[in-house]
Amino acid sequence: VSVRVTRSRRPATWSGLASALVFVALLSLPYLVFANVTSLLVNLFILLVLATMWNLLAGYAGLVSVGQQAYLGLGAYTVLVLAQNGVNPFLAIPVAIAFCAVAALPISLLVFRLRNEYFAIGTWVVAEAFQLITVRFPQLGGGTGASLPGLGGFDPALRQAFTYWAALAVLAATLLAAYLLLRSRLGLDLTAIRDDEVGARSVGVQPARAKRIVYLIAAAGAGGAGALIIISQLNVQAASVFSVQWSAYMIFVAVIGGVGTDPGHDPLLQPPAVAGGARRLVPDHRRDGRGAGGDVRAAGPLGRDQRPLRPAPVSDRLLAAPTRLIAGGPAGPPASTRALNCRISTKTGCLQRCKWHELDKTPPVNVHCAGRSWG
Amino acid sequence: VAWLNAVVQGILLGGLYALFACGLSLLFGVMRVVNLAHGDFAVLAAYLGLAVITGLHVPLLWSTLAVAPLFAVVGYLVQRLIIQRSLEVSPLTTLLVTFGLSVVLQNAMLEGFSANSHSLPSGWLAAGSFRLTPQLSIGHFSLIVFAAAVVVIVSLQLFLSRARLGRQIRATADDAEAASIAGTDVRHVFGIAAAIAFATVALAGLAFGGYSSFDPGAGTQRLIFAFEAVVIGGVGSLWGTLLGGVVLGVSQALGAQVDSGFGVLAGHLVFLAVLAIRPRGLLPGRVT
Repeated sequence: VSVRVTRSRRPATWSGLASALVFVALLSLPYLVFANVTSLLVNLFILLVLATMWNLLAGYAGLVSVGQQAYLGLGAYTVLVLAQNGVNPFLAIPVAIAFCAVAALPISLLVFRLRNEYFAIGTWVVAEAFQLITVRFPQLGGGTGASLPGLGGFDPALRQAFTYWAALAVLAATLLAAYLLLRSRLGLDLTAIRDDEVGARSVGVQPARAKRIVYLIAAAGAGGAGALIIISQLNVQAASVFSVQWSAYMIFVAVIGGVGTDPGHDPLLQPPAVAGGARRLVPDHRRDGRGAGGDVRAAGPLGRDQRPLRPAPVSDRLLAAPTRLIAGGPAGPPASTRALNCRISTKTGCLQRCKWHELDKTPPVNVHCAGRSWG
Repeated sequence: VAWLNAVVQGILLGGLYALFACGLSLLFGVMRVVNLAHGDFAVLAAYLGLAVITGLHVPLLWSTLAVAPLFAVVGYLVQRLIIQRSLEVSPLTTLLVTFGLSVVLQNAMLEGFSANSHSLPSGWLAAGSFRLTPQLSIGHFSLIVFAAAVVVIVSLQLFLSRARLGRQIRATADDAEAASIAGTDVRHVFGIAAAIAFATVALAGLAFGGYSSFDPGAGTQRLIFAFEAVVIGGVGSLWGTLLGGVVLGVSQALGAQVDSGFGVLAGHLVFLAVLAIRPRGLLPGRVT
């Protein structure tokens, strides 16, 4: 018996098509409605980008940051500096995104020394330091703020339409990135880390590396949101863009989505077919944790704790809702059970992680490892 | 002499930070809770102090007698009714709950007391000072605050190591399950620890109010200072917290000496440097 593993199921394809239609409809909105509607939507898109990234960071990587506004501000001020040097602000958005990802690397080296609650406030201190450094530069407007040059030549209606499209593009890129990330090897590593870090480590997942990559991606997303903020408001003020209030928004959006619930068991946000299919495919961990074909499917059979998988610390419901628009929600069994797909090597008798395509081909082997090192 | 003056003022300011941080340190040490609403509770204490001082026409020092016990009760209730429930869910929930509490408190104070900044009338305390040399003087108020910080930290240390209740708190901090098997009511002990922490928050809030003006949004910055003092000194050590407060105060005072806008930033930079060089702090306590 072997298990066929797919990363997105048929409903995903259909809702992918549907969300493409929604995207096209949203794209044409500036031709249909007045600018007050689109500018409201720009704010909504900014919030969605921030909350999606925060949920990725906290819900999947377990990095509860209260300091993402550092990258929000960094993105905004990057656009400002580029615009002051004659770059078109819209073209500066991708630069701001990339710059935030790069800047997050040295910061991560510092704040990753802190864990849990201390990480949260450590990131906050970094954001405060960013703000205090920013206001020391008079050419950035100091404490009073600066207005964004370079958009004066645009017709206001055209400018607002471009702003809207830019926000839509950043949102679409964010959702797509989150979707692809969670379905990649890295995403599976992350869900495994979220559920049981020690268990994940024992099968060869590298938590530090995975978390760092997510931190960089979340910084990039926040940078994009910051770039959108300065372009939609046409000015920037350090005290407001670096305000911890942004973190409150991110957290509130994610919490309203639901904390501590498992999206796989929520019929409201999960198409019943997917939810049902997920339950069918999930092996009963409490029995022996062994999935079909003798593949090790959870940390259980490794002889550690055999408890059932915990629900997500922060729900990925928030993420599930928008990504469902694109792709029908998490496909198949909850990713955490797929993350630890491994097999026992026939040569060494030790546990190995499988590539996806290998899993289908390898013959079933009994789970046994006589005190050797894993993975 | 200007530099010496900055160092002396920094040390005294550090006492205030330490007084403020020891509540945070205690809550974390006992319950593994970082109370993100810590600073906002301090601001609330300052507003209560203002109400007591203007309502009853008593001096600042006497108002502590009213505000600190009240806050101890508030702390016990907040712990038992709000934090305890979230503790039983997950540490992440606790963080989010205290963050939510912080936002709610800030906005409630904004509604109740307006965004205007106030300061506590400290009467003769604010003006009086010991003049050591023509350039170097020590204000009565900051000296009293520093002394209060040292007294609070010493008595907390003694309480935790000697008193029966203090030992119960430490036992619960080490292993809540084992402590409850041995007959400790863990929730009550947590409540007591929170009550003590909140009483120190009240003292620190009043001291802050006497030092500088405050407004409903001031708690955020203060929480960060308290947190920095705890981490610089070393998590889990009250003496470390005192040292951390002093280091933070001195670096802020020296930074402000360089450039008036540089003080707070200098504190942040010292914090980040300590984090990079000695992540466990200057005087690390027991491993948490």
